[in-house]
Parts: sequence; C-alpha cells; structure tokens
Amino acid sequence: MDMNQYLEIFIEESQEHLQGLNQSLLGLETNPKDMKILNEIFRVAHTLKGMAGTMGYTGVTSLTHQMENVLDAIRNGKVEVNTSIVDILFECLDYLDNSISSIANTGQESSNKADSIIASLNGVLLKKPAAEVEQPVINNDSKNEIMKLNQYEENIVRKAVQQGMGVYKVKVMLVNDCMLKSARAFIVFQTAERYGEIFKAIPKVEDIEDEKFDNEFTIALITKEPEALIKKELESISEIIEVRFDKIEVSAEEENTNIDVEDQELQEDNSLKPSNEEKDNSGDSQGKKAKMGKTVRVDIDRLDNLMNLVSELIIIKTRLEGVGSDSNNQDMTEAVEYLERITTSLHDAVMKVRMVPIERVFNRFPRMVRDLSKDLSKDISLYMSGEETELDRTVIDEIGDPLIHLIRNAIDHGIEEKEERVKNKKSANGTVNLRAYQDGNSVVIEVEDDGKGIDIERVKKKAIEKGIISQSDANELDEKNAVELLFKPGFSTADKVSDLSGRGVGLDVVKTKIESLNGIVEVENSKGKGSKFIIRLPLTLAIIQALLVTIGDEKYAIPLNVIRDINTINASTIRNVHGQDVVLNRNSVLPIVRLGRMLDVKNVESDGSEELTAVVVKKGDKNAAFIVDSLIGQQEIVIKTLGKFLSGIKYIAGATILGDGQVALIIDTNSLI
Amino acid sequence: MEAAVYTKQFVIFRLENEEYGIDILRVKEIKEMMRMTRVPKAAHFVCGVINLRGEIIPVIDLRKKFNLPDGEENNNTRIIIVAVDDITVGLVVDTSSEVIEISNSAIEGAPEVVGNVDQGFIYGIGKVGERLIILLDIVKIVTNFAV
Repeated sequence: MDMNQYLEIFIEESQEHLQGLNQSLLGLETNPKDMKILNEIFRVAHTLKGMAGTMGYTGVTSLTHQMENVLDAIRNGKVEVNTSIVDILFECLDYLDNSISSIANTGQESSNKADSIIASLNGVLLKKPAAEVEQPVINNDSKNEIMKLNQYEENIVRKAVQQGMGVYKVKVMLVNDCMLKSARAFIVFQTAERYGEIFKAIPKVEDIEDEKFDNEFTIALITKEPEALIKKELESISEIIEVRFDKIEVSAEEENTNIDVEDQELQEDNSLKPSNEEKDNSGDSQGKKAKMGKTVRVDIDRLDNLMNLVSELIIIKTRLEGVGSDSNNQDMTEAVEYLERITTSLHDAVMKVRMVPIERVFNRFPRMVRDLSKDLSKDISLYMSGEETELDRTVIDEIGDPLIHLIRNAIDHGIEEKEERVKNKKSANGTVNLRAYQDGNSVVIEVEDDGKGIDIERVKKKAIEKGIISQSDANELDEKNAVELLFKPGFSTADKVSDLSGRGVGLDVVKTKIESLNGIVEVENSKGKGSKFIIRLPLTLAIIQALLVTIGDEKYAIPLNVIRDINTINASTIRNVHGQDVVLNRNSVLPIVRLGRMLDVKNVESDGSEELTAVVVKKGDKNAAFIVDSLIGQQEIVIKTLGKFLSGIKYIAGATILGDGQVALIIDTNSLI
Repeated sequence: MEAAVYTKQFVIFRLENEEYGIDILRVKEIKEMMRMTRVPKAAHFVCGVINLRGEIIPVIDLRKKFNLPDGEENNNTRIIIVAVDDITVGLVVDTSSEVIEISNSAIEGAPEVVGNVDQGFIYGIGKVGERLIILLDIVKIVTNFAV
C-alpha cells in the first residue's frame, strides 16, 4: 500500500502528540502522582505506537511499546515516578522527536538505535522493589478479586451508585478451544452494552480485539437492570462457559475535591445517563479531546489563497467607495457602506482563522529552561503568562528563534550563579518571566529575568574593543543608547563562550528578525535587579491602516501605527546641524527626512515651498519628520510583497493596490530614520 | 541513430530591428502597455511595478537590459508576462504579434556576438525561412535579474 499520502498526516499528528507529551512530562515531573497526566502520557505513547506501526517505523514502535510498559507499571503502582524516570522519558521524547523530524526530512527513521533508551526503560522495570513484584495482581479463585480502578473510574462508580445503579465486575470465561475469541468477546460487549455502560475492560479493549487474552476477560459494567437478566443473556452466547458477576464497591468517603459544583448539578438532574456523566466528569484531558474533534486541518496555502481573495475584495470595496462618493447616489452609498461592513467582518474572520495562540511557541520553553538550568546548575523557574494570546501564523512561525535566544541570554548571562545570588541577598532561585499580551493593535512579548542586569560599562568597553564605537563616543552615550549597542552586529558580552549563547551572533539577529516582522525590540535595564526585553509585534501582517501621501506625482503609503503626528513646518525654522537638517519641535530636535530626495522623486513640489507638510514618524523612542508634498488621507491597505525579484529594495517595505488599481509603495520608515 | 526532431513554439517580439523569441511555455500573457509605479532604488532596467489582477509584478525594460537605445512608447508597445518558477516579471517590448513553431533542427547555437545582447541570455538562433530569430533563455534572464 502506498503510504506516502498518509506520511504528511502522520508527521503532523506525531508532532502534535509529541508537543503534548512534552507538556505532560513536565507536568509529571512536578506532579508525579497525577493519574490524569500519566494517563495522558500513556495515551500519547499508545497512539504513537499505533501510528508508527501502521507506517512501518519499527524504531518508534518498539520504543513507544517499551514506554507503555514502563508507564503501565507506574500506573499500577509497581514503579514510583522519580527524576531519573522522568529523565529517561524525556530522552524517549527527544528520540521520538528526532525520528519524526528525520522522517519528515528524509522519509527514513533516524538510524540511531533506540536500544540504549529501551535498555534504560527495561532497567526501570527490573529495578522495581521485589516485594511489590510478588503482589498477586490476578487471583482467579478469590471471589472478591479486586479490580484496580483509577481515580477517574472510581468517580464514575461512585456517581453510578449514588444514582441507584448497579456496578458489576463481570468475568466472562470462554470454552478452551474457542476459535473466534475476539468475535465472542465482541458479542459479549454488544450484549452488555444493551443493558448498560462498559467503562473498563481487562485486558484492554484493544488487546481483546487483537485476541491478546487467554480464555477469560473481565469487564466493568454500570447498569440499571438486574444482574440475573444480564447474566442469562450473556450466558446464552455460544462458546461461553461461565459469566460471573461481582459488585464493585467504592468507599464513598474517599470522594475527593474533584467533584464539586458540577457534581451537585448532576445530582439534581438524575435523568442524566451515565455516558453524559462520564463526559462531565472526565476532567481536562478528555475535554480537550472533545474540542479537538471539532477542528479541521487546512493546508496553509488554502488559507493564504482565501486571504488573497479577501484582500482583492477589500481593494474593490475601496474602489466602490470612490465611485459611490462621486456619484452622490444615496442607494449606492448605502450599498457600499453595507459592503464595507461585510468585508470588514469577513476580513476579521479570515484573520482569526490564521491566528494561532502563542502557546505553540511557548510550550517548548519549560523544557528548554529545565534542561538549561540543569546544565548550568542554576535554579531557575520560568513563569509564563498570556499563552492564549493570538498572533498571525506567519509571525508565530518566525518568532520562536528570537525568543529562544532571549531566554537563553537571560539564563546564561542574566541570572547569576547561585552563590553570587545568595551573596547579593537574592533568593538562590532565579526567575524568568515570559509574558504575552495584546496591547491595542500589537502584541507584546516580554522576557524578564531577575538577574544582574546589563552592565553598561562593560557593554561600552566591549563595544570599544570590537571597534563598534570610539572611546569618545562611549563617554557621551547615555544608558539607553548604550544598551542599543547590544543589538549591533558582532557584539557579544559573554566572557566565556558557552554553547548556549555568546557565539557572537547575538541580539542583532533577534533584532533583524523582529524588524522583518515589522516589530520592535526594546530593553529595560536595572543594574543588579535584572533586565527586560520587550518585543512589540503587529497583530497582523496582511492588512493595515495607512496614511497615503503624494510626493511629486507619486503616491506612497506610510503605516499609521508608526506615525506620531502631522505638522506643518516653516522652511525657515530648519537648521542644519552636522550636515543633517533638523527642526525644533516640542522642545526636541527632530531630524528632517526629505522623502522626495531619498526616493529620487522628480518634480517634488515641497522642495521650494515655505510651508512644509511633515509626517512625524517614530521608531522606538526616536522620531523623524518626513517631508511630503501633500496628504491624501487614511485608508485600509492590503500589504503585498514586491516579490523575490525586487526583494531587499531599500526604503520600501512592500506595495499595495489602491482603489483605482494603481500600485502605491509602502515606505519602510525604520530604514529611513 | 538520428536525433529526434521536435518542434517548439515561440512567442516572437521585436526590439529595435531584431526579432526575438521566448519559449511559449514560459509566457503567461501579453498585455498592452499600462501605467506603472516607479520603484525607487531599483536597478536601472526595472521600469516599475504593475498590478496584474491583484498581484504586484515587476516590469523590466528589455531595451535597457540589452543596452539598446531608448525607444518611444506607442500603441504597439506590449508587456509580455513571463513566469519562471515562483518569479513572475513583465518584459516591455516594441511589439509582439505572432507565435512561430520552430523545429530543433532549425535552431543553431548562439554566435559569439549578437548585437548588444549578452550571449549568456541567448539560447540559440532560430531560422524561419529568411528570418533569423534570437531565442532568449528566459530562465537565465529572469534569475540573473533577481539579484
């Protein structure tokens, strides 16, 4: 069978599962007793095993199989969770991750054998305390044989008993030479489900389906019907020797805090069926699963296509607006207004589809911080907030690396060694805060550490050494500008070069990346107390509000979010300082940028005139006055790239299509300041 | 064994006094001259960008690229839209009106010098009756532009 068509789905789903696994493992480390997390891990391992098995990836299959064994042992209480087990599980995760990426890249599993990891997994199983191994798990003769129930199952039982239903352990024995064991079992299941709800089976349902059981199996059944009736029905199935019913009882007082308000509501409404209850009761992981069922996987290209069509619609809407206002026809104007409302909603809706919660990027960080703090033997806690903040997919894909960089920097350079922290009367435990939140039309991501902060003097010294600035420049630099030096290419302050950071490709890469996403990076620094890197990103890259201006007979767009205000400047107030035209505005010196000259426009009107129209544009905390001929007005524009062919053109960030079909270029204000 | 004889179709256009051909499979469409938006700081042979049904397409003046004297724009001036992989560009030419089928046996390798056109951009010379048609290697031209 040709598996290629499934390969993509396999890879994508596996990656999703692995990401979930990562989170669950981190959760398990802090919460080793949490059955819910354990079950989730088990489920992921099992799913991966099944998927990899189908695709014929034996390495992944055998590893996940062994993981299942270990997890099962933990679940049954035979093995205690400890750090070494979590470490091994993390190793498994890394191996799986590598395998999946290698499958994605080359179509082959990575050739590294999982043997050593499997061996360590086996080691875990062998090490279990002898006394517990002896514990008889299944005792055929005992009438009150105990069926192990996890917390969740116990809750189900309790609830059922409260509602006056019977909960039974039903042991079914088949004849010795039964030919179609799984088929018989299937009939038993079907019959039993006519009378009630099966919530557990031993061995597991999958194993029963695969005939992985001897001549008997056990199911746990919730039912309102009398025991005898079901028993009779079951025994009438051929090839079944005996059906034995035992009541399952759970001590009521163990009822834990899980069952709260929701529970009371359930009690009021007794007509609810057990299956509904299960859903209500099953906690987080189940809830998530149900939600996932409602999603559809869509190729990003299709979304892009949809986005393009919406862009087209907005362009034609703008054009209609022009026609509508010219024609003075009331009906026309109303229709156009209505169209505008629809396109705006449509645009929002499509943008929403493209939005992805930043969680996708964030959730790899806890693991990274955990590993880093182990490597550096620093105690570091990572606090994250605002994971649900949404960003455009294109931004999400790009933002990961810069953030990794900043977090590594914070941990490696920012947070001091333990002894030093204690000496400075700080808690030995360092913290890194990662926050994301929406602020108006942009999303802000902050990486804050409580380390030693940036040593301005050292930064200056380094910059002089590297020849980025001269000694006299350094003396004049204030703190804010000195911090900016960090973002200069080839700058790295780490005294020791570690493999974490300090490879000299530091923050300038971060800055370039963020700027390519139309964002900005700022630093807040307080010596001895820590530093904070603030990234500000636009919510969407595709459609923005812009100011249209004319220069000569050309039209240009300036993104509205960078404009501080619009002024008229009297030409006579312009002074020349160090070859740079400046003007005094609001008690600060504004550099003048004559757009006409910068962009080689012919016939610039403003060149000779007395009154100049200036668009004051900000970049970080710097401002500049852009001189234009006249203003056309504010408009929603769709950003289009100039394409590969014209990529890297100076001063231009992209193009947009105006209502009349003409192309206007969007000015890249950052490069002009 | 004789080499197989096959024919290819070429879109023929004029620049100055020469006839040129482009492999028809690379040509998306041929447009009449339209208004362009100048792109500051772009290479000298880029005359600007146009809006082709919502897509921004750069347009190249082949005269400038081939170091020919500037021509007058008139009713016959056309923009040939060509696509190479994911790059789409427009080429401004004097006139374009026909498609000719040329068999591979009628195509000769490029001579040392053909007018002012860089030899690297030429794929061969096609002979159609008495006419000599300079066949352009459009892939090279487009990828060479994109610096």
